Amino acid sequence: MLDNALYDLLDDRKGQVLETALDTAPVAIRCETRSAAGSVSQRACVFCGSRVVLYPIADALHLVHGPAGCAAYTWDIRGALSSGPALHRHSFTTDLRETDVVYGGAAKLEQALRALIAEHAPRAAFVYSTCIVGLIGDDVDAVCRRVAADCGIPVIPVDSEGFKGTKKDGYKAACLALARLIGTSADPLVPPAPARSVAGINILGEFNLAGEAWMIRDLYARMGVPVVATLTGDGRVDTIRRAHTARFNVVQCSGSMLGLATMLEEKFGQPYRRVSYFGLEDMAQALYDVADLFADEDPGMAARAAAVVAEEMGRVLPLLAPFRRDLEGARAAIYVGGAFKAHSLIKALRHLGMRTVLVGSQTGNQEDYERLQQLCDPGTIILDDANPVELSRFVLEKQADLLIGGVKERPIAYKLGLAFCDHNHERKIPLAGFEGMVNFAREVHGSVTSPVWKFSARRRS
Amino acid sequence: MLLRHTPAEPAVAREALTINPAKTCQPIGAMYAALGIHACMPHSHGSQGCCSYHRSMLTRHYKEPVMAATSCFTEGASVFGGQANLLEALDNIFTIYNPDVVAVHTTCLSETIGDDLKQMTAKAIDSGKVPEGKTVLLANTPSYVGSHVTGFSTMVKGMVTGLAACTAEPKLDVFNIIPGYVEPSDMEEIKRLTQALGVKTILFPDTSNVLNGPMTGTFQMYPDGGTTVAELRATGDSRATLALGPMASSAAAKALEVQCHVPCEILELPIGLTATDTFIDALRRLAGVSVPDSINRERGQLLDVMTDMHQYTYGKKVALAGDPDHLVALTDFLVTMDMQPIHIVSGTPGKHTEERLRVSLDKLGRPVNVKIPGDLYQLHQWIQQEPVDLIIGGTHCKYFARDEDIPLLRFGFPIIDRVGHQYFPNVGYKGGLRLLEKILDLLMDRQDRDAPEEKFELVM
Repeated sequence: MLDNALYDLLDDRKGQVLETALDTAPVAIRCETRSAAGSVSQRACVFCGSRVVLYPIADALHLVHGPAGCAAYTWDIRGALSSGPALHRHSFTTDLRETDVVYGGAAKLEQALRALIAEHAPRAAFVYSTCIVGLIGDDVDAVCRRVAADCGIPVIPVDSEGFKGTKKDGYKAACLALARLIGTSADPLVPPAPARSVAGINILGEFNLAGEAWMIRDLYARMGVPVVATLTGDGRVDTIRRAHTARFNVVQCSGSMLGLATMLEEKFGQPYRRVSYFGLEDMAQALYDVADLFADEDPGMAARAAAVVAEEMGRVLPLLAPFRRDLEGARAAIYVGGAFKAHSLIKALRHLGMRTVLVGSQTGNQEDYERLQQLCDPGTIILDDANPVELSRFVLEKQADLLIGGVKERPIAYKLGLAFCDHNHERKIPLAGFEGMVNFAREVHGSVTSPVWKFSARRRS
Repeated sequence: MLLRHTPAEPAVAREALTINPAKTCQPIGAMYAALGIHACMPHSHGSQGCCSYHRSMLTRHYKEPVMAATSCFTEGASVFGGQANLLEALDNIFTIYNPDVVAVHTTCLSETIGDDLKQMTAKAIDSGKVPEGKTVLLANTPSYVGSHVTGFSTMVKGMVTGLAACTAEPKLDVFNIIPGYVEPSDMEEIKRLTQALGVKTILFPDTSNVLNGPMTGTFQMYPDGGTTVAELRATGDSRATLALGPMASSAAAKALEVQCHVPCEILELPIGLTATDTFIDALRRLAGVSVPDSINRERGQLLDVMTDMHQYTYGKKVALAGDPDHLVALTDFLVTMDMQPIHIVSGTPGKHTEERLRVSLDKLGRPVNVKIPGDLYQLHQWIQQEPVDLIIGGTHCKYFARDEDIPLLRFGFPIIDRVGHQYFPNVGYKGGLRLLEKILDLLMDRQDRDAPEEKFELVM
């Protein structure tokens, strides 16, 4: 397989790339490993994982304990919308200097925390540890405990030292931080409400990029399910504290929140379901799944869910038809952070008459990749933790017309004369839900059929 | 109000923190400088995240692919040192990506655990991980020192210490120019000006045609631009070095003076009329050439627009955030046009920045707020206390530009929401004219927008 394209992959990388074949069982792919030193990897670090998960909590203070760079690079880069406070759009950092590295940064951290809490009165504070903090050994936990006791708000350390693993480990650290908040009461004199006492759900792993959480909450509201807390899109500290009162958790996004769902199941007995809000089938299934969870206590919900789905499909399908007419037969390549999203994208692209010829992710696991192999047509390239050289080679070889990816992939696609759709931090329009499918189709259509490609060297030849 | 949480008057003293930084860290500057070497792979010796962040940020700023490799530190490496990682990395990079140069910079992680880059590289060469004829350049750039500007400066110095050589045959007609932390378009413009003057130069680093390349339908790991290894070697034989922007360029120029006895002159960045005059005059004097009519005409055009439009710039108040070398040149340009730069911050620490700023600020005869190092939160607070007509700074200023309803001229790093900086220069007379055009557009559009109907003017 892949004789001509695989020849100069790093030896270390060979197990991380494969091509699907006809009628064979899924093959194991090497994944969840660290990238080889010297690779031009598209991956990020632990801190990045924690930061993206927690940052949408808009009334919390997010203090990056480290050099200014870590704060600067993660300053409001994700477009997680808030309907109220916007403290999360500021970038707070202890801006550690050489003397702090020598003498320790704990005193500076404490001073910074106290000043910020006094000035901004946040509902909680998250303190992110960066690489350097892990090395100089600041007792961040002790500082947080002291400040919490004096200021009367939760001050939660996030163990997100960059070198301590992958972005996924950052998700875990963020989930642990959230778990410390959930099930607590804002008023020390009032005990927290009992677990699972509200006939509603929490939405986990939805960050309200471009307002997606609002659209999804609206769909659940229409089938009669209140959303207790969204973690963490348009998040508020006090709602997150009450998350344990929801009957069930609905988890989207591969890596980021599955860990929290497991923790909540153990601690509060909240069962969870994994869903995806991308593409029509998966979105519909996400509604049916919730109706199924409530089947005993609200047998009528399934019918209401079906009504919502029917209404939305009826509205959306005619809107998709003209896009499909132009896109039929076009080929897509997908390279995203989490593999779970890739499953939905493949299905969504089929709706537009498009075939996926390459699919890869930064952080997929064995199960993700096996499902991908089952889902894809024979001859599809599947790869884990790709670099730009591999990506550009494979998209050309497979004659892709479109690349779906993130910030670092966009200019590569454009240089190759390929259409592009950002399905990551930098999406500016909601791509989730039924409405999101129309937006997705419009965006893909806009790029694939753009007249600019007519002038590109590759397309002309 | 996007930044509704910023009070005009500080509620509490804050010495221990930075809010909304007006800088970023050293490694990204080192990476940017390294991209100005032809066929060079920048390498980040640290965690994977650093490299990813820098590539993302540079990609957002240039809208171009940005290649760089990383040592992928693990918890083990941070305990036992990163030597194994660096050796493996160099081996992999030369084998797979085949660059002429690997430019290694450190991060806070590798610096703090005490990795000795020199010794590790020597070991890599000894054990055959660096093929014959290939170069490894080094820069120590811990993130807790300086800023992206000093990181740039350190990597440029690394080019000198790693490659510059003096042979028995000095080239008395060649001059080195270190352009400072400016855009690829600026580097291109500096080359155009020196060509017009008929002066042979080696410009390093040179990111033109690397980070503003054309659409070709192919992905080139190493674009056509960049200073070549041969050119970098030859800098040791040049007649003299002109270092533009003291903070970004003087370290390399001085190193070259010590190492190869190439004398240097350190100038402010040639942004605006007088700073460009100084630059052109220095080249004229050093190379013994006369300034051609074409350049005199460009100067005359800039001066012409400055005079034609001076009633619109008169007394206009400006707030600035950015890098020291940029701020000093910009401030001088603004004062030349009778504008009033009244609030100035830079996140980059430096003892002499305020002194350099005061040279032109003292001409204003009014108090000016300067904070070095300062942040954008401070700048916003000052603007709330005394409003301005114009803000000059990177994209992050757009929050308070919107909140306070003040026009923003995007300048510096990063600009992640507009294009143009990659292609159109700010340096030289042409660059000054472009800057002035932008300033006038912003001020006059605002005047048009705010004019009551009866005072709305057709001719301005």
